[in-house]
Amino acid sequence: MYVAVKGGEKAIDNAHRLLAEERRGDKEVPELGTDQIKEQLGRAVDRVMTEGSLYDPKLAALAIKQAAGDLIEAIFLIRAFRTTLPRFGYSAPLNVENMRARRRISATFKDVPGGQVLGPTFDYTHRLLDFALEAEADERGDAPFPTQTSAEVIDLPGNMPRVLAQLSREGLIEAATPGTDEDTAEVGDITRAPRTFPADRDIRLQTLTRGDEGFLLALGYSTQRGYGRTHPFAGEIRVGEVTVEFVPEELGFPIEIGEITITECEMINQFSGSATEKPKFTRGYGLGFGHVERKAMSMALVDRSLRADELGEARTAPAQDEEFVLSHSDNVEATGFVEHLKLPHYVDFQSELELVRKMRAAVDAAQDNQTDNIEAAE
Amino acid sequence: MTDAYNFAYLDEQTKRMIRRAILKAVAIPGYQVPFAAREMPMPYGWGTGGVQVTAAVLGRDDVLKVIDQGSDDTTNAVSIRSFFVKTTGVATTDKTVDATVIQTRHRIPETPLTAGQILVYQVPIPEPLRFLEPRETETRRMHALEDYGLMHVKLYEDISKHGHIATTYAYPVKVNGRYVTDPSPTPKFDNPKMNNSPALQLFGAGREKRIYAIPPFTEVVSLDFEDHPFAVQTWDNDCALCGATDTFLDEIITDDRGSRMYVCSDSDYCQDRQAEGHQGDQSSSGSGAAA
Ligand SMILES: [Zn+2]
Repeated sequence: MYVAVKGGEKAIDNAHRLLAEERRGDKEVPELGTDQIKEQLGRAVDRVMTEGSLYDPKLAALAIKQAAGDLIEAIFLIRAFRTTLPRFGYSAPLNVENMRARRRISATFKDVPGGQVLGPTFDYTHRLLDFALEAEADERGDAPFPTQTSAEVIDLPGNMPRVLAQLSREGLIEAATPGTDEDTAEVGDITRAPRTFPADRDIRLQTLTRGDEGFLLALGYSTQRGYGRTHPFAGEIRVGEVTVEFVPEELGFPIEIGEITITECEMINQFSGSATEKPKFTRGYGLGFGHVERKAMSMALVDRSLRADELGEARTAPAQDEEFVLSHSDNVEATGFVEHLKLPHYVDFQSELELVRKMRAAVDAAQDNQTDNIEAAE
Repeated sequence: MTDAYNFAYLDEQTKRMIRRAILKAVAIPGYQVPFAAREMPMPYGWGTGGVQVTAAVLGRDDVLKVIDQGSDDTTNAVSIRSFFVKTTGVATTDKTVDATVIQTRHRIPETPLTAGQILVYQVPIPEPLRFLEPRETETRRMHALEDYGLMHVKLYEDISKHGHIATTYAYPVKVNGRYVTDPSPTPKFDNPKMNNSPALQLFGAGREKRIYAIPPFTEVVSLDFEDHPFAVQTWDNDCALCGATDTFLDEIITDDRGSRMYVCSDSDYCQDRQAEGHQGDQSSSGSGAAA
């Protein structure tokens, strides 16, 4: 008896209801508020904002709740919302030197103008499960949190010159350039124009910022293990708040429209030079929304690797391959295409099945023939 | 229909951008036009390219049909149809003959299409040369120079290895004597339907950001060799429900002892034939058989 594949509509409705039930979990346990996610799962919120390409901690928290903690799903929700938003224009370039930094470190100099500020970091924690966190705070009797002292919070404008700028003054590092087409002021927009190859650096950096953290991490790691080595040093990493400015056409001058938290990483890499050109260090750049150090560092490594052609290096490793990296870094695209294998493919599979059966029959027939011939010969 | 979003979800400017890409695609049959595909509220791979093309061509008086694997009832066809009902309020149908726009994944309806109809294909990988050459910079150059030697070598290698061309779906075609084009992963059974079709055929690839087209009455030739001419699949069985002998059949496993039956993949065509009184060998097999 043939049971037709019908009732798709009802199946989908039921699936959605089951999903909502599973997301809510045991109703004896209080429901998670989006404010709790925003305040207490900040690193997840930051990743969703960075890879979702939308700075909105409240919406990111909502997306994480709706996605039951599946961050790629949350990123997808944010992207699908973002694409419907009108565009008013482009903000002025951020002045990162004026960052109110909570954290700022350099691995290349013992001390730098503005100082090294550890700030909130997992770096020197011992990864021992803190079972006390299982209890509520009032039962634990936590000590009060420290406040960052004024010496630690660097909030005077221009008080924190870039570490790489010091090297640049001596000509020891290449100038920071927006890319090969620096004369054309227009910055590309990967959400409004299809990507073409070769891509300019603005397009590469945009793609890397919204690229999957895990993918970039693995690629960056591979360069450290010899697949396109770039001799990186963490020149500077800073995390903090910067002001966003916008120049409305009718005003003609910048106005402040808000403040965002960003993480920036500037890598100092392998020097280049020749008999005629004095050697100097090269750069890799990483940037993300919120506190996303792993992402910013990985991005800086991959950015530098992707400049292989520009710097006259042989492209031999995956991380140096622009088409490979840029075409596969987007986790919303990747998860869609990988997971679409769940959709029915009866028709294609049927075609292959028929072909394999025919080919097997042909082999059998040939073997039978051979056996007959041998028997006839005997 | 919901008022929270524009008609057919996309804003008018985006639709105009897509229509410009479609016009260019129609003007250069088989050529892949890059377009600024938007993020859609369904995942890549679920038909975002087809959905954007449909959204750009759909008007209030259109009648929409959506199929996946030839059937209107597969879950993703249901989902896409309900998306357009929600965002446009247009009429929908299962009947190929009544539809003005048909969005499809993996099949071309068995009922011949007519002038004025638009068939929108969902395309995963628009580049027919992709699995021979992974680099976009290279494949674009090959198309520009009409350098399709690599494809012929691949087909020839099939013949020398297997005795025939071992491509059963997404079988490459040459459109209007110029561009080698991917028919989307339809079975090669459907390739002849593309040739000189009175309908407009539009192809949308969302993730890969490409649109291409086959205008009505355009020559579409499946690649082959003189001594190994192109041929479509045939079955040893007829449709178990309508007895059709000339349709693409799905194989359905009916128990765990190797029993199977074959039925038309095009559910509308099959039901029409049954309504006309055609019968297969299992068409009256007890209660609720063809639920
Ligand atoms: Zn049938």
